[in-house]
Amino acid sequence: MKRFLSIAVASAMVAAALTGCGGNPSDNSAAPAEGTEGNAAPAEGTEGNAAPAEGGAAESDAAEGNAAPAEGGTFKIGGIGPVTGAAAVYGQAVKNAAQLAVDEINAAGGINGAQIEFNFQDDEHDAEKAVNAYNTLKDWDMQMLLGTVTSTPCTAVVEKTHEDNMFHLTPSGSAVESIQYDNAFRVCFSDPNQGTASAQYIGENGLATKVAVIYNSSDVYSSGIYQTFAAEAGNQGLEIVAAEAFTADSNTDFSVQLQKAKDAGAELVFLPIYYTEASIILGQADKMGYEPTFFGCDGLDGLLAVEDFDTSLAEGVMLLTPFAADAEDELTQNFVKAYQDAFGDVPNQFAADAYDGIYAIKAAIEKAGVTPDMSASDICDALKVSMTEISIDGLTGLGMTWGADGEPNKEPKAVKVTDGAYAAM
Amino acid sequence: MSLLSYLINGISLGSVYAIIALGYTMVYGIAKMLNFAHGDVIMVGGYVVFVLVSGMGLPPILAVIVSMVVCTVLGMVIERVAYKPLRMAASPLAVLITAIGVSYLLQNVALLLFGANTKSFTSVVTIPAISLAEGQLMISGETIVTIAACIIIMVSLTLFIKKTKAGQAMLAVSEDKGAAQLMGINVNATIALTFAIGSALAAVAGVLLCSTYPSLTPYTGAMPGIKAFVAAVFGGIGSIPGAMIGGILLGIIEILGKAYISSQMADAIVFAVLIVVLLVKPTGILGKEIQEKV
Repeated sequence: MKRFLSIAVASAMVAAALTGCGGNPSDNSAAPAEGTEGNAAPAEGTEGNAAPAEGGAAESDAAEGNAAPAEGGTFKIGGIGPVTGAAAVYGQAVKNAAQLAVDEINAAGGINGAQIEFNFQDDEHDAEKAVNAYNTLKDWDMQMLLGTVTSTPCTAVVEKTHEDNMFHLTPSGSAVESIQYDNAFRVCFSDPNQGTASAQYIGENGLATKVAVIYNSSDVYSSGIYQTFAAEAGNQGLEIVAAEAFTADSNTDFSVQLQKAKDAGAELVFLPIYYTEASIILGQADKMGYEPTFFGCDGLDGLLAVEDFDTSLAEGVMLLTPFAADAEDELTQNFVKAYQDAFGDVPNQFAADAYDGIYAIKAAIEKAGVTPDMSASDICDALKVSMTEISIDGLTGLGMTWGADGEPNKEPKAVKVTDGAYAAM
Repeated sequence: MSLLSYLINGISLGSVYAIIALGYTMVYGIAKMLNFAHGDVIMVGGYVVFVLVSGMGLPPILAVIVSMVVCTVLGMVIERVAYKPLRMAASPLAVLITAIGVSYLLQNVALLLFGANTKSFTSVVTIPAISLAEGQLMISGETIVTIAACIIIMVSLTLFIKKTKAGQAMLAVSEDKGAAQLMGINVNATIALTFAIGSALAAVAGVLLCSTYPSLTPYTGAMPGIKAFVAAVFGGIGSIPGAMIGGILLGIIEILGKAYISSQMADAIVFAVLIVVLLVKPTGILGKEIQEKV
């Protein structure tokens, strides 16, 4: 993670340096853009001329200035995420599901009669490549961004979208910093929110009263969730009988942590960690003959896919995830069927987040009465108000609303591993 | 009852450290060098078994034997290619740096071959767990095998050194390399033999480590390697019973520290104990004080 962090810092610095030279593109570009909109042919000419006139800011001008030329209009939504590399599963899911949502909306007549064009760029889960992908999309005249998929690149890109005043909705970037500006929103829960939501879920559903936590104190994601979980646990009548840590250097032996949880009589062990360590914990608990309920967050998603992992060990593990592919509501069923028909896979929670993301953008556009001929900056100003006014029933929650801080409000849902697959609860 | 359970876990973990520490301490005793690549030989041993058992479906016992052979050859090749030329020519520091280089080489080759994804290691131990005191105390099959293996290795190694000619030669080389050579002992062959034995033990340690803590990455050997080095120094580097005692004590301290002081601070406690021991007894628990003659 340190390496990702340093890349993120480095690219943030590069971004800052570039804008220093480039001046303030979004304000300057508004004037030529309005002059040309409506008639397609001259628009292209002006776009080309804008470059020498604006000097250093030329590149971003081309992107900002050229609003959609066609009659009826087309909204241009960009997407960024890892389609290749170690996190490719996540990016692929977002790309597919977003495209699915876009196709559905277009087939149903678009947004207020305007079609959507969707362009997804690969970032390989790398902050620097994500910024490059963002620049590519701006050259393509993107008006709104759905992305990025993973937190570290998202934190880098949000700096750019903030500068450009580009509407930014991440389906799954869960770090707090990923949406730290007012132009950015997210569909998933934030890391700290997951801790609170987990405590609420456990408390409200009466899963346990004595809870043990095993977390990674050397990881921001894990310790962040633990802290908010501990803060909320008291309010939910949960007693944390053992809070045990491990670090990246000692992540293979959990016998002591489990023994302490067992001795303390914990009925439920909360694991705000990633699935790799969780798979070891499950194995060691089994050897000890300790059978509490294990409860985790979205980091456990992927547990069943660990190579050579005996999935019977994961039987009964619960995880807080916004989406279960076998949920019985009509929306989920239709989505899963359409996704399987189109791409052959069962969609995961990232796919659901992206699908909801596109529909959230649609709802926000309709609410604000945004039209395709507006500049990205004007669209952003309109959408960041309307996002806080909409309420949508999505795959990842019913009656989702957003606050001005960009965080979603929705009911947490949990799934349980049953017969080697995730099942809705 | 939980104290007993912690102690058993500690002895089990300590036994693995002890087996690794034997490799460190023998090589140090005889070649007077620290083989920092030793921890990564453990990882290689783990991957060999993983490939043979999970990939090719070989029976575990056979896989362990193949893994020992592979590691033995690997240890001897490393010694021949990377250490021997430098041992003849350069300062001891050069050999030390080379050892660190070999360690990174092994890690990165493994990264290239197997990727960074954690492999879930299927335990090679099939002995069922023992349940005592109505399920209050569970002793896993891996724990039993690890402790048994440690005792067997300890006894047979001591016998080997005391009773065989090669063992006596090792002892002689460790006491005085020059004099041993004058007595007609082939020093280079003895050092190669030491690496062979140490690496075979590393393979065993790798299998036991991965069976108890079933995850395998290219960095699996790094931290246990360092801890075992600490154990070797703790017990008195160069001393075989010292490595054993050091390893087991270290395992117990680590587990009890985790259990009763702080699970976050376990590693810090281990190293703090090492500092205290070295302040009180600079040669380690069983280390002999060697008078340098001028």
